[in-house]
Amino acid sequence: MAALQNSKPGPMGIIRDALGKDNPVLVQVLGICSALAITGLVSTTLVMGLALMIVTSLSCLMVSVLRSTIPYRVRLMVQMMVISVFVILVHLYLRAYHLEMSKALGPYVGLIITNCIVLGRCEAFAIRSKPLPAFLDGLANGAGYALVLLFIAVIRELLGGGTLLGHSVFPASFQPAMFLKTAPGAFLTLGVVVWVVKSIWPQTGAAPNHEG
Amino acid sequence: MASTTSYTLILLGSILANNILLAKFLGMCSFIAISRSMRTAFGMGAAVTFVTFCTTLLNYAIYTGVLRHGSRFLPAVDLSYLSFLIFILVIAGFVQLVEMVLERFMPSLYFSLGIYLPLITVNCAILGVNLFMIDQGLIYDFAQTAVYALGSGLGFWLAICLMAGIRHRLREADIPLPLQGLGMAVIITGLMAMAFMGFTGMVN
Repeated sequence: MAALQNSKPGPMGIIRDALGKDNPVLVQVLGICSALAITGLVSTTLVMGLALMIVTSLSCLMVSVLRSTIPYRVRLMVQMMVISVFVILVHLYLRAYHLEMSKALGPYVGLIITNCIVLGRCEAFAIRSKPLPAFLDGLANGAGYALVLLFIAVIRELLGGGTLLGHSVFPASFQPAMFLKTAPGAFLTLGVVVWVVKSIWPQTGAAPNHEG
Repeated sequence: MASTTSYTLILLGSILANNILLAKFLGMCSFIAISRSMRTAFGMGAAVTFVTFCTTLLNYAIYTGVLRHGSRFLPAVDLSYLSFLIFILVIAGFVQLVEMVLERFMPSLYFSLGIYLPLITVNCAILGVNLFMIDQGLIYDFAQTAVYALGSGLGFWLAICLMAGIRHRLREADIPLPLQGLGMAVIITGLMAMAFMGFTGMVN
């Protein structure tokens, strides 16, 4: 976030930063609330990542378009409403065309509203940027989030259930580590992923000091 | 009619076995960010518990009274697709109201709690409890919902205070550099979640 405030990177820069050194989940510690709950299966994670990309990019676009008309004092409220509307649209679409998926995701689709990534990008970038960069920034941050989630989901489904997108990968003698499917397993997987990422790229966010 | 046992079960279940943070992954952002000192963690836990309890009851009343199909005041119209929007507006509005009331009448409490209040609006735990309430199609009645909301808030309070205590001890520990900060916090949370899983058999 700090990098974006200091300089004005081009479209490619925005996308690169959001996927890598400003990755919302790993570096900015945003949005891990829902990052873990739905990573038990790759299929639910794909849908969730896609939903978040749609909501973040469109909300950022909308906030950016409205930025000169939103009164400063109530801007958080307005941003929340914009986000809620897009989340409702996604929720209704899933309910209408993918009922099974909607049931599997449960209330976590609705919880995109309070996913700090969406509000964070609206507040930190979209509210004072032109529509196109805001849209790209939202899309890229959504993609950065989806990427990490997908990585965790692959680990959890592959080792925890021995399957990938529902197809079994390992020979029948493989003993899946059921533990990875449980809540503690999700936490430990994320912890280890963060550890590995920071060991390989030590410069990515020394200490997380973002609140919220 | 629900008996006392069922209330106790709901309360213990939501505090321990289905802890909103350790089993449902909600409220992680503030949990990681605020749990550095016991004082702030305690304040945050108290504020979350209070807001969760009040907004869940408010939203229960709105949902059963107006939004859902066959509701008390608008039985013919199904407005439940608006629940996300209404719930988050109620939470945001309530937080704003509490902030103004505290500032006016209890300045000392406002200054110790005030900084957390804006953060609470985007705390997933609160919206989460509200959404879990309707997710299974309103399995609880009003009193049970109240107990569930209270238990969930207390569960968050308990978890964040425990975490602050552990992190206090960790200041002396020699943690590998890449693991410091987020990595360590998440792994500790995992270990805590593992401990809390032990309560599952107790309630079910």
